[in-house]
Amino acid sequence: MKKLSVGNSISILVLIIFFVLTIVLEQFIAPTDRMNMLLVCLRQGSIFALLAVAMNLLNGFTGLFSLGHAGFMLIGATTYALFSMPLAERSIVFTWFSDSYVIRISFPEVLGNLLGGPGMIIGMLISIILAGLVTAAFAFLVGLPVLRMRSDYLAIATLGFAEIIRAIIMWQGLGPVTNAGNPLRSFTRTADLNVTIGGQTFGLITFTLAFLSAVCIFIIFLLVTSSYGRAFKAIREDEIAAEAMGINLFKHKQLSFCISSFFVGVGGALLAIFMGTVAPLQFRAAMTYEFLLIVVLGGIGSITGSIVGAMLFVFASMWWLRGLDSGTFLGLDRITIFGVNLGERVFVSGFRMVVFSVIIMCIVLFFRRGLCGDKELPYYVNKLRELIARKSKPKPEAGGADA
Amino acid sequence: MGAYDLFRLFFPYILSGISIGGQYALIAIGYSMVYSILRLINFAHGDVFMVGGLFMVFAAATFPLWVAIPLVVFLIVLLGFTIERVAYKPLRTAPRMSVMISAIGVSYLLQNLALYFTGGLNRMYPAFPWISDTISVFGVSTRRVTVITPFLVVALVFALVWLINNTKVGIAMRAAAKDFDTAQLMGIKINSVISTTFIIGSFLAAIGSILFFTNFPAVFPAAGAMPGLKAFVAAVFGGIGSIPGAVIGGLLIGIVETVIRGADITLGPTGLGLFNRSLDIAAFSDAFTFVLLVIVLVFRPTGLFGDKPTDKV
Repeated sequence: MKKLSVGNSISILVLIIFFVLTIVLEQFIAPTDRMNMLLVCLRQGSIFALLAVAMNLLNGFTGLFSLGHAGFMLIGATTYALFSMPLAERSIVFTWFSDSYVIRISFPEVLGNLLGGPGMIIGMLISIILAGLVTAAFAFLVGLPVLRMRSDYLAIATLGFAEIIRAIIMWQGLGPVTNAGNPLRSFTRTADLNVTIGGQTFGLITFTLAFLSAVCIFIIFLLVTSSYGRAFKAIREDEIAAEAMGINLFKHKQLSFCISSFFVGVGGALLAIFMGTVAPLQFRAAMTYEFLLIVVLGGIGSITGSIVGAMLFVFASMWWLRGLDSGTFLGLDRITIFGVNLGERVFVSGFRMVVFSVIIMCIVLFFRRGLCGDKELPYYVNKLRELIARKSKPKPEAGGADA
Repeated sequence: MGAYDLFRLFFPYILSGISIGGQYALIAIGYSMVYSILRLINFAHGDVFMVGGLFMVFAAATFPLWVAIPLVVFLIVLLGFTIERVAYKPLRTAPRMSVMISAIGVSYLLQNLALYFTGGLNRMYPAFPWISDTISVFGVSTRRVTVITPFLVVALVFALVWLINNTKVGIAMRAAAKDFDTAQLMGIKINSVISTTFIIGSFLAAIGSILFFTNFPAVFPAAGAMPGLKAFVAAVFGGIGSIPGAVIGGLLIGIVETVIRGADITLGPTGLGLFNRSLDIAAFSDAFTFVLLVIVLVFRPTGLFGDKPTDKV
């Protein structure tokens, strides 16, 4: 077996600590506790991380500026909801289409009846993977015309396809299949993810969502470091040169597009689990922009960056900056400028997102490489070790190791 | 069913389609001019258009109209100019993707600002005397703005084409669009040319926003996103960089969109009776624009009037 470098092993250690923490924290924080926000943010952050990494695979590693994210997420979320909703709930959810609904199978229910608790989880996993596959299939069809276009036309065409997908899903004619824009709900309760052993319930919601996201991200990481990944990067750097080196441009673009969309679909399914409802009206272009900004925040072409960016985005917008909306923020609300009290007049609903978008604009303009550039976690661990080693050495020799 | 009945059936939709199309055309020109010089899809343009609507809501509440309209137009021009200076100019040497991301960032910022200042509420657009009056055209009642729009658009486009063909700034713009670097070598002050482009684009967007929102129930933060995208598609359809192309693209998209929106009524049981229950075709009125975009990009990537691009290695 290949020996792990120190950077890699420390990175793996960081991940293990993270997962242990998600399990431990969930046992000690009651849902009513103020700190429960930490768990909620971790859940959403993990899913956003997967969605951001999937976008990065396409936009950052392959250099295809695609803006179809929201549409593909919607396909994933809808597919998941349709194949995991208990049959008894359907006549209520499909109330406008009474008993004419088409999809009459629920994997978690079928397998749950067969195998009990574990069967339900397997059924959920099947639904999640199915969501990914359906999304990838749609992406394949969309990719046929779109991937032959030049960079910025690709952006606008994928943005357009996201709108077309939403229009189709919301079309009354497809109502018996998709519920035509009415929210889908009552599919998976997150409480189903908890495990009960000997009368004691262990909360595993955060762990499950984070772990599923992590597995997907790890697969993307393997792909990016493989020979396919190198081909993707070659296409990003120079299409014509890549073609001259014998890379089949269209095939590789299509591959990257489908794989990315598969994971976007999976991410959409996880998001559906997290949110509990799927309302097509939420999946608009603005959602795509948010993920693009997360990728930019973390650094285009860095998986670590996308994960950190997603976590920061979720934590900042959901939790840390929340005070800006409700009138208390780091004591700044007591300041009065020109007779205007900041807490009462300025820090009102919506101010959080204004501050947030200004921060993002500053990053776009002044720190174009984002938080992590195009480097990964092991690189930073090694950097840190070098730094510590240099600090502890009293006098570095002139013109020596640091050159 | 006679020709007159057919006319009565479709005319309202075509009339409002021409009007909306004219408004799209005014926005499309801004996209088209910026793209032809900077090769940048200015995603913030649609939001500038929306901010124009909001400014008017607030301005009309405090000032009389003859102050409010020029003030709003001036502020929007200033906004367009500032956005270019702050968000795009520092990135002139950066990869194109960075500038596009910056444009998306500006769009995000403008929408969030609008959300903050409106408190998330839809704002009623003020009614203008005379322009907002309801009139009757061939038995179809509509607002006067619907009839004014096409004439105003044609007048503005003629003025713009004259400006581009005959003035020094216009020649500089065409040169910059043809070859950015060579234009710079020839002593053209590229930054002022780009600023002029943004000023003209924002001016037309401000006029477009006044026309558009007069016929629209309310202004809300996301109100500019869809018209913006459609206008860009119009610009692509007509051939990016071509002003007549943008106008024709805008008109076509406007007309087809409203005809599709009305298709359930005109073709369904209450109209021609081609099908006997509502098919909800109207749901595709927005999506159609993008279908058109894909068709154009696949079969004629340069649009109707565009130049053929060459791949440089």
